[in-house]
Amino acid sequence: MSRPEGVQLMEGNHACAWGAIDAGARFYAGYPITPSSEIAEVCAHELPAYGGTYIQMEDEIGSIAAIIGASLSGRKSFTATSGPGFSLMQENLGVGIYQEVPCVIVNIQRVGPATGLATQPAQADVMQARWGTHGDHPIIALSPASVQEMYYLTIRAFNLSERFRIPVIILGDQVIGQTYENIILPDPASLDLVERKKPLVPPEDFLPYQPDENLVPPMAAYGDKHIVHASSTCHCETGYSNFKYGTNRQLLTRLKDKIYNYTDEIIEVEHFGPDDAEVTLISYGASSRVCKYVVGEAEKEGIRVNLLRLLTIWPFPDQEVREALGKTGAVVVAEMNQGQLIGEVNRVNASNTPVHLASGIDGELIRPEIIMTSIREAVK
Amino acid sequence: MAVKLSYREYFKEDALPLMWCSGCGNGILLRAITDSLADLQIPPHQVVVSTGIGCWGKADDYMKTHAFHGSHGRALAFGTGIKLGNPDLHVIALMGDGDALAIGGNHFIHSARRNIDITAVVSNNFNYGMTGGQYSPTTPLSSKTTTSPIGVAEPAFDVCGLSEQCGANYVARTTAYHVTQMKRMITAAIQKKGFSVVEVLNTCPTHFGRRNIAGDPVSVMQYLKDITVNKSRYEKMDEEEKAKYLVTGELVNKDRPDFLSVYRELNPAASETGRGESK
Repeated sequence: MSRPEGVQLMEGNHACAWGAIDAGARFYAGYPITPSSEIAEVCAHELPAYGGTYIQMEDEIGSIAAIIGASLSGRKSFTATSGPGFSLMQENLGVGIYQEVPCVIVNIQRVGPATGLATQPAQADVMQARWGTHGDHPIIALSPASVQEMYYLTIRAFNLSERFRIPVIILGDQVIGQTYENIILPDPASLDLVERKKPLVPPEDFLPYQPDENLVPPMAAYGDKHIVHASSTCHCETGYSNFKYGTNRQLLTRLKDKIYNYTDEIIEVEHFGPDDAEVTLISYGASSRVCKYVVGEAEKEGIRVNLLRLLTIWPFPDQEVREALGKTGAVVVAEMNQGQLIGEVNRVNASNTPVHLASGIDGELIRPEIIMTSIREAVK
Repeated sequence: MAVKLSYREYFKEDALPLMWCSGCGNGILLRAITDSLADLQIPPHQVVVSTGIGCWGKADDYMKTHAFHGSHGRALAFGTGIKLGNPDLHVIALMGDGDALAIGGNHFIHSARRNIDITAVVSNNFNYGMTGGQYSPTTPLSSKTTTSPIGVAEPAFDVCGLSEQCGANYVARTTAYHVTQMKRMITAAIQKKGFSVVEVLNTCPTHFGRRNIAGDPVSVMQYLKDITVNKSRYEKMDEEEKAKYLVTGELVNKDRPDFLSVYRELNPAASETGRGESK
């Protein structure tokens, strides 16, 4: 298949792969796992024609390792998986964050823990995406709610990873990954793509971890005359390991600040429904599609409901959620887990607004009735 | 004419002294690698060392080439991406016995099967030195370590035999005692296209040596000499005698096409550099 153009009936996983290719990804390493394998299949089929490489690694540990390696060699790289594979990737995800390696990890979430329901949707890896790897660290995670958005958020994920030198996670789910919808594929030349900054100093003056004014170090590639020393051990600006008092504080602080001082570039939300509402739904991904339907259903019962949809999950949109909490009578958080992001909503709940959970843990797209039940409770 | 590169172009002298214990062979091994690179006149920016975790995993601290220091057992998996990301690079994976054969065993066998063009230098000191001397997959049967106080109940891996069976193009074994041979093998391994393994039997006077041989470096070095025999002598031995020794020398040297050559042959559209702008 050559690159489809214009209006296409396409699966979410395919849209993800094409988004990556259009964003400039030329290396994919992965391990087959339901419900994400179609992303690997498109890459295996298409990347050679783009001068790229597909490799099927021996496990997901090796897959994320390989994309980190290829990114350091100068190529935009990504992998895709689901829960069990995402668990295996956690240690090296931390390596990527610590070494500041741009790359994209797609997690098409399914029901867990363990093997769970391998072909059914969930959104239960939200906290794992945030804190799954050990140690203090920032992360960026995006949550698409349609096939079209899968395409655009994948491109955005690459752009953010290049801009901030950090692995970016696409937190998809089985519904969005394997649903077919009409999408419009734009001319790739019309896309705004971000490339990592290259060093401007001569090789002999280059320090691979010396940040620029945005706290992000310009990045040379392996093979460049600018020598790169990338270490998973605590390191100073030279990249070499350094155990002096203060080095770790300085490094962890910069890694956090380079993201949290620039959240306005990262956070994206959508407001749906009336401005003033008795109940505000907060949701993301496939669940938020159901929420949009529920806004109309609630209106039929005379309840004014709106929706705050989070496209960016991490960093958490503190300000946007706090504002929504302050403007509404009650909040219902709709997610396909036993309550994960609701903890973050409560964390920023300065107005002490009542917060209810609509929890979809039945191995299918959350039913409108579950959300309606929570709305009725909220207005009781 | 270009200035001839010496090992100093690869070795980070200002990082001295080495962090390894007195009597550890890792310094000898590091010198052999940097000497080999100098002999081959490979510019430092065309080399990436990918190190594991453990004593030998600290080797990148002393290298002036490009370097990657990642997670325990994964040097080959990271190295696979590094190599495929820029096939012009010489990728050298530096791993200990526990790193390469226990936690990293899966990457090791698949790298050999895949025949990825990486040079693996395994420093085998028969135990986990960094963590205090626990038994590893290469600890000889019945040896004493901190986690086998009476003697280890597991037989050891034959690193070279495993590499050969899995399909590596170049497999050789030497010891920290045999410095000239070590350098010759590393030079050959770097030049070999495809997966190459140099297993260097190494000293660990602090842990394995102290508990099984003696705590002084000379005794441990002598032990390496005593337990090994070169290939020509080994081949003349009967099976009973062979079982007492580890064979040293060049054990495999062939030219099976490496992963990327095969991949490109099957996918003619894949460009030479892998950075093609063909579409």
